[in-house]
Amino acid sequence: MMTVTVEAVEGGCVLSPQGRLTVVSTPQLRDEVAARLAAGDRLIVVDLSGTTFVDSSGLGALVSCLKSARQAGGDLRLVAPTEQVSMVLRLTNLDRILKPRASVAAALDD
Amino acid sequence: MTLALSRRDQRLLDRTTPGRRLVAIRVVVLLASLAGLNYIVWRWAASVNWSSWWIAVPLILAETYSVVDSLLFGLGAWRLRERGEPPTAPDPDDLETRVTVDVFVTTYDEPVDLVMRTALAAQRISYPHTTWILDDGGRAEIRAAGEAAGIGVITRSDDWTDRPRHAKAGNLNNALLATEGEFLLILDADQVPKPEILHRTLGYFKDDRTALVQTPQWFENVPESDPLGSQAPLFYGPIQQSKDGWNSAFFCGSNAVLRREALMQLGVARYVTEVEAAVRRAVRTSRKLLARAREEAVGQPRVLEALDDAETVVERARAEFAAGESIGDVTYRFQRGIDTIAFRFADADLAAMKDDLAELAALSLGPDTFDALDEAALDLLAQRSSSPLAAIESISLLVGALDVDRGSEAQAIMPLATISVTEDMATAMRLHGLGWKSAYHDEILAVGLAPEDLSTMMTQRLRWAQGTMQVFFRENPLVQKGLSWGQRLMYFSTMWSYLSGFAAVVYIAAPVLCLSFGVVPVQAYSVDFFARLIPFLVLNQLLFWVVAAGRPTWRGQQYSLALFPVWIASVTTAFQNVYRGRALGFSVTPKTRQAATGPRWDLVRPQIWAVACLVAALVLVGVRYATGQAEGVAPLVNIAWVLFDLVIFSIIVRAVLYPGPPAPHDKEPS
Repeated sequence: MMTVTVEAVEGGCVLSPQGRLTVVSTPQLRDEVAARLAAGDRLIVVDLSGTTFVDSSGLGALVSCLKSARQAGGDLRLVAPTEQVSMVLRLTNLDRILKPRASVAAALDD
Repeated sequence: MTLALSRRDQRLLDRTTPGRRLVAIRVVVLLASLAGLNYIVWRWAASVNWSSWWIAVPLILAETYSVVDSLLFGLGAWRLRERGEPPTAPDPDDLETRVTVDVFVTTYDEPVDLVMRTALAAQRISYPHTTWILDDGGRAEIRAAGEAAGIGVITRSDDWTDRPRHAKAGNLNNALLATEGEFLLILDADQVPKPEILHRTLGYFKDDRTALVQTPQWFENVPESDPLGSQAPLFYGPIQQSKDGWNSAFFCGSNAVLRREALMQLGVARYVTEVEAAVRRAVRTSRKLLARAREEAVGQPRVLEALDDAETVVERARAEFAAGESIGDVTYRFQRGIDTIAFRFADADLAAMKDDLAELAALSLGPDTFDALDEAALDLLAQRSSSPLAAIESISLLVGALDVDRGSEAQAIMPLATISVTEDMATAMRLHGLGWKSAYHDEILAVGLAPEDLSTMMTQRLRWAQGTMQVFFRENPLVQKGLSWGQRLMYFSTMWSYLSGFAAVVYIAAPVLCLSFGVVPVQAYSVDFFARLIPFLVLNQLLFWVVAAGRPTWRGQQYSLALFPVWIASVTTAFQNVYRGRALGFSVTPKTRQAATGPRWDLVRPQIWAVACLVAALVLVGVRYATGQAEGVAPLVNIAWVLFDLVIFSIIVRAVLYPGPPAPHDKEPS
């Protein structure tokens, strides 16, 4: 099970998926990101500190959200992944492209 | 998710060929390999007739080819893996352990009846699952028929409009993002599955590093004599089992179960690799592109000024990339930098516009109107497309490449490889490269339809061979870092086998030249020669016989020579495609018989020429005997050789005259 909490910030929003981000829950994240971009947000910060597990479909969803954000002229940034999530980011080399920030503040910084 | 593993399952997962059979195979492999090496070393060292080098060299190269082929076959057989009974599937009645499965029936333009026959059988598979028809043709009839039967139909999303479709790989990639089963059973439109197919294959996934279970393809519309060589009893059997022994049994496009997690992981890893490569390429060529942009912009001082700014942005991206900063950040700052330039130009344009408007404003309305106008204009101008930079092609190229969205593709994530028309093999090789395992389960669990005429059969073989050679040219298995040496050689051996067309030409030409004109490519057909060649030939056939264990192999041997023009064409067209960007030129294999056109001798012209030359050589040697010009062993060896070639080629005549199966299965009403 996963829930996504949304918090608006200057120029964008912080999405916090709580629980397991897997093939079953990715549509939820994708829909949320699409809705925020449609509402005019440009900077999508995904706070992973409450995400206990991500499978490869979850990573795939992060990539397609990044694609949507970029195509809307914005960006998607990852924040504070848990150990398991850091590991899968490393395993697929996705951290070469999406390097996680330590905190939401750091993600909003630049 | 890790599946529960009983002791019995563990035993079945580890199982391989019974010891006695494996020992027998290994003894013959060893003897055949030694005999092959003994022959070919002697041939190179002591028996090439250099005075006729123009045929002697091609011949020894062809012979070397055959010996290497035999060694690769032996290497595989050394670890032949007969798995037997599969581990039990995760209990479907236990909600805790049961896995979710999507069954994909892929179609492009096959008749609705044929697709529905497979889809309905898929629906009847006894393990709980969801059946989907992946209709790449987007046909209304398929949608209606599917929905009437309660089967989901998936067609391409809008993202694919005006982007490369990547044929079946694209069709599967599209469906992967629209479904969520943990496992995927892939079926071609004509492959009717048996109800137990999932029960018999899912157990292998109890090894949580297993990504793929492939089962045989077997065809019901083929007579016992199999004139078109449709059944591949050696490939779907000992050859895949040999590969399996080296953990390189590969995906053959249908009748296989795949683990979604493995495919998605591959998709993400490939996404990173490809974005990184594209960005590296863009960074490397950026200076050249900027220089070209300057040439395009000569005489446009404003644009040149913008290019100066762009250069700063590009140089920064270059430095950041070289310093190993994350590609997301580098490209984001780059894109923002280019946008800033665009904004600045927009501002300048706007300032000019404002002056004009200010004059008008004095005449009418309130200032608010213009604020709104301003905003709208700014928005418009700020779009990248209205930037003066965007007008310059080399800059838009750079902007397109220095990004992470893979904008030229429909999906950022493409789990099934799109580098080849045989996406299946390419995908399996990449999965093995990531460390995943595969299994070949040798039990017929789906029954399909083979091509029913020579033309269709040749198109299909050409496509397989082309796809394999595309993979060879694009991702040569010998240099793939993630693969073990055994895996590299097993993939390479499949590619090597498609080079047989070139050897075949030599094997036809050499005896013809010898018999017709007395050209002898071998120094002496002496005891030395026969003492080395005959053991090799005999042991090689023995190896085939032992490994095949009663399966018919002759048809396959015939076609590997008799289709030599197809194999040659596959190599040359794939080469042209990969290195020169030419189209491959093939069509999707039709699953139904084409209209009767009578025997198609035109399809086999090169083979007819070959047969004519062989027969002419026999006539000529007869004349030479009669006139006392031919003597000794050489003509006799070559006569035997020609007769063997003729027996091989006899299959082509049968294939051309083959009228199709006697009792066609449910044919389309015409």
